[in-house]
Amino acid sequence: MNELNYTTDEMMTVTASRTLRNGAVCFVGIGLPSTAANLARLTHAPEVVLIYESGPIGSKPHVLPLSIGDGDLAETADTVVSTPEIFRYWLQGGRVDVGFLGAAQLDRYANINTTVIGDYWKPKVRLPGAGGAPEISSSAKEVLIIVKQSARTFVEKLDFLTSVGHLRGGDSRQQAGLPGRGPVAVITDLCVMEPDAQTKELHVTRLHPGVTQDDVRKATGWEIKFSAECGTTEVPTASELTTLRDLQHRTSVAHGRTSAGK
Amino acid sequence: MAKITTLSDAVRDLIHDGDIVAMEGFTHLIPFAAGHEIIRQRKRDLTLIRMTPDIIYDQLIGAGCARKLIFSWGGNPGVGSLHRLRDAVEKQWPSPLAIEEHSHADLANAYVAGASNLPFAVMRGYAGCELPKYNETIKTIDCPFTGERLAAVPAIRPDVTVIHAQMADRKGNVLLWGILGVQKEAVLAAQRSIVTVEEIVDDLEAWPNACILPSWVVNCVCEVPHGATPSYAHGYYQRDNVFYRAWDEISRDRDRFTAWIQRHIIETKDFSAYERVLAG
Repeated sequence: MNELNYTTDEMMTVTASRTLRNGAVCFVGIGLPSTAANLARLTHAPEVVLIYESGPIGSKPHVLPLSIGDGDLAETADTVVSTPEIFRYWLQGGRVDVGFLGAAQLDRYANINTTVIGDYWKPKVRLPGAGGAPEISSSAKEVLIIVKQSARTFVEKLDFLTSVGHLRGGDSRQQAGLPGRGPVAVITDLCVMEPDAQTKELHVTRLHPGVTQDDVRKATGWEIKFSAECGTTEVPTASELTTLRDLQHRTSVAHGRTSAGK
Repeated sequence: MAKITTLSDAVRDLIHDGDIVAMEGFTHLIPFAAGHEIIRQRKRDLTLIRMTPDIIYDQLIGAGCARKLIFSWGGNPGVGSLHRLRDAVEKQWPSPLAIEEHSHADLANAYVAGASNLPFAVMRGYAGCELPKYNETIKTIDCPFTGERLAAVPAIRPDVTVIHAQMADRKGNVLLWGILGVQKEAVLAAQRSIVTVEEIVDDLEAWPNACILPSWVVNCVCEVPHGATPSYAHGYYQRDNVFYRAWDEISRDRDRFTAWIQRHIIETKDFSAYERVLAG
């Protein structure tokens, strides 16, 4: 806790939730994206439609899911379809406005690695892998990424490219034939980054209160650029914080643990 | 028509060393009891297919049943790593494990192709992704109508698919509901299938659009109450999140894992005996 009485994680989650507009159809990854998307649903975006890759469409879970296929997601959904249908009719069909993803590694063009650290065949760390992310990042009309920032995560070169952001920058994503526009924002516990309109390289457009440019540089593995009009993120409101903490409290009671939302 | 039989007989009769086996259930209805029985009968050299390997395949891999894994997301959901899977990939313990890695959309499409008796599935995907560099089964095809370059992946055709469902009737018609994953496609794609169910009833009382697998597409139906625990069965019991977290510790260490498998699976005669040991 700092003097403003919120944590950097809360700052990140609240900021990410605010970027999700009311009424958007959002394909949600588990963990941080799911926390932010549900916070949005419980605050400014009651009409947001949450889709999970296990099949639920229009989920309104009472607590944050621990797994992508929790029963609460199905029970509170408008409908539950099969996994092939989710990927074929709903995602590939072009019905998803926003793909909301996390990352293990991310580069300057917001490409994501969730597969492996080190060599693919002789990995230092074997990560879970692709899941639904490659096609979410490809087919959703736009993508939001929420990830805690460190130089280990924000790297000069990915060990593996799992899900395409802006590929090699410029119009390379479009040239490669990916239908969606790609990442529009990366929200971290330090700042908000957006791709440059031309080069598509990420640059910092807002710093969270109390964070310096130097803090961000130290937590980035490439020479990060800052927007000329780089502003400061608005602090979380009391109501946003209360809603988030209530949600996390309900979740920890339901799952018997404290960190299900992360 | 499906034969209603014990799980032990079904696994003995339908799963052979070296088979390609798919055990599906997307977080929900994971056929744990059947996985245990495969370990108990010491099946070997299996090619295991599953979108999310989950704890069930962590157990099978650590127990030495698998020589290859085909998958698309290999973590312990909400907890972290699958340590037995990682140990097999990173350190070849207890034996080398070949991996063939896909995305979810790919495997879901590949099951549909298998169920449809097509040789491959076509989808929009993988552009820019590096998986095709490491998985030669992922190819591209140009649409003959528009020229669009699309991804093509071979159909999945398991020797055996194993799933868990809520109910069957006495003829062996199977009913499942809630999160359905790819279970229907996985059964229809396979040469043979085993379905474990929570209960066998006189009348399924199913509504017209319910997800039913008719008796004549299933080989064996086995009544195994709680057979999906520690995953869940919608309408019957919840996911045992405490077990999923506990597994992180149990599976981290080779000796502790081996002792756990010995005590809970090898030395128990069936799933209800396992549940009694687990309850202490």
